Amino acid sequence: MKQLIRLAVVIIAVSAILLVAISRLNASQGYSGSNTLTVYNWGDYIDPAVIDEFEKETGITVVYETFDSNEAMMTKIQQGGTSYDVAVPSEYTIEKMKEEDLLLPIDHSKVPNLKNIDSRFMDLAFDPGNEYSVPYFWGTVGIVYNTKQIDGIEFNSWEDLWDPALKNKIVLIDGAREIVGMGLNSLHYSLNDTDPEHLQEAYDKLVSLKPNVRALLGDENKLLMASGEVSIGITWSGDASEIMAENEDLDYVVPEEGSNLWFDNMVIPKTAKNIDAAHEFINFMLDPKIAAQNTEYVSYSTPNKEALQYMPEEMVNDERFYPPPELTDRLEVYENLGKENLARYNELFLKFKME
Amino acid sequence: MENKATRNLYTIPYVIWVAFFVIAPILLVLYYSFQDLDGNFSLTNYRNFFTPIYLEMTLSSFWYAFLITLITLLFAYPIAYLLTKLKHKQLWLLLIIVPSWINLLLKAYAFLGIFGTYGMANKFLETIGIGSKQLLFTDFSFVFVSVYIFIPFMILPIFNALDKLNPTYLDAANDLGASRWTTFRRIVFPLTIDGVKAGCQITFIPALSLFMLTRLIAGSQVITLGTAIEQQFLVTQNWGMGSTIAVFLIIFMFIIMFATGTKRRRARG
Repeated sequence: MKQLIRLAVVIIAVSAILLVAISRLNASQGYSGSNTLTVYNWGDYIDPAVIDEFEKETGITVVYETFDSNEAMMTKIQQGGTSYDVAVPSEYTIEKMKEEDLLLPIDHSKVPNLKNIDSRFMDLAFDPGNEYSVPYFWGTVGIVYNTKQIDGIEFNSWEDLWDPALKNKIVLIDGAREIVGMGLNSLHYSLNDTDPEHLQEAYDKLVSLKPNVRALLGDENKLLMASGEVSIGITWSGDASEIMAENEDLDYVVPEEGSNLWFDNMVIPKTAKNIDAAHEFINFMLDPKIAAQNTEYVSYSTPNKEALQYMPEEMVNDERFYPPPELTDRLEVYENLGKENLARYNELFLKFKME
Repeated sequence: MENKATRNLYTIPYVIWVAFFVIAPILLVLYYSFQDLDGNFSLTNYRNFFTPIYLEMTLSSFWYAFLITLITLLFAYPIAYLLTKLKHKQLWLLLIIVPSWINLLLKAYAFLGIFGTYGMANKFLETIGIGSKQLLFTDFSFVFVSVYIFIPFMILPIFNALDKLNPTYLDAANDLGASRWTTFRRIVFPLTIDGVKAGCQITFIPALSLFMLTRLIAGSQVITLGTAIEQQFLVTQNWGMGSTIAVFLIIFMFIIMFATGTKRRRARG
């Protein structure tokens, strides 16, 4: 008994010392100040130097946390108990979050830099008048392929993936909307199609692709494609440009049948504690020079028109990542299909994976 | 009297723990499993579970968990046996245990490199003349990595059982003319069966619901019940269906625990 008590005392003492040490460390980094801002963003989706600059300029301390899917992010905000001041969901999630009343309106008078955003990316269907959201990055879904390893196939359409020569070579995104959407697109249907017959057709079409599919992965695929382990991947344009910078044998194409056009946007969740700082942060990120610096780091496409002049020319003129309006017109934005249809998409996707 | 009072005092933490962290979550899972997408009470999820897609998934989960457990056991038993015979057995045991302290995710990423086309495993295959093979994203690599991860957990209980075995039994068997195989079959194995059962439980049950490895190592070509639960909760946000799968997983686990549980041995006359 004596020993047990002694042990308990030791553990409590050690914990107390650690607690003091942590608060000291945090104080030395300025975390103790009441003026903190919690940003909830996708992993590897901001230039850390930009955060430092924001802290230096405003005296606000930024706590940065990351998520890896829209759904996980939304679940966490829905659960409460968090104090995220700024989050960066994709467009269809913003629709859902609006429905669930999880967002606060953005005060446009506090975000004067909003004028820098290209009007193409303002006032979109998922958030009319940008009441709740401000564009952060945008991009497409397409095919990345290794030009050295794939000979004689020019990828122009989704159909090219079904070439029997590509047996066991393709790595897909582990996402139901992306893959079922690809199946629908390859049949010239809309990727927001919910007609059960069309979905069944898309499923059958996808199953016939299965011999060519080597795996379905998440972010790991970036690593494997950059190293040459995988020769064809379906992925987001930003990931593509990131790995193309590492391995110059890679090329990216948006198939001609159409594909997904997506937007990630800054929002202020209902759980926000520091709403003023949130507006300040959003405005700061829209500053042309800051946006340019951030874009060079993240390598996704920026909606900030004024930022383009501060970026390297070969980046801005690259039509693969800054496609002209003629191309973006052919692309579709994901609509919120409702839980029932999403469940159907997922069921088909699960079945496809098990084939 | 005081003895009884203190004993009651000791049960408080246990009761609180079990109530909040065992019973309450199970009840919550049960509650959600009866809700459809709109939050109404319904049996849709249970009906859904008995469609070919989930039944097939259950079967394949069991098949892989069975395979993993079997292979783990085939390696773990001889290793545990060897360890008990060594001089510094605790040290050797520690060497086997230490890798299990490393985070599972790190180990999985390491295997991405080792099994890659240009990885060490393929270099080795080429050197010995077999030629490079596609190892990554196959059933083989999934089972291999799972076995690697579970082996320490299987060795530990078997090692303990073997270590506690009274060596005079073996001498007696030898003196009475039993062959080594007979000694193993009639004495060593029956006396260590509890260790084997504990090891199998500790391997089989988590193996049923492995979900991260199915994507990282098997490239989502192997789908287990764990993967389905993860997807229902995080992607579809169909908590009802996720809970229903979890309910079945819990039922399966109870059955396994019951089947492999140690029964109180009757005193033999």
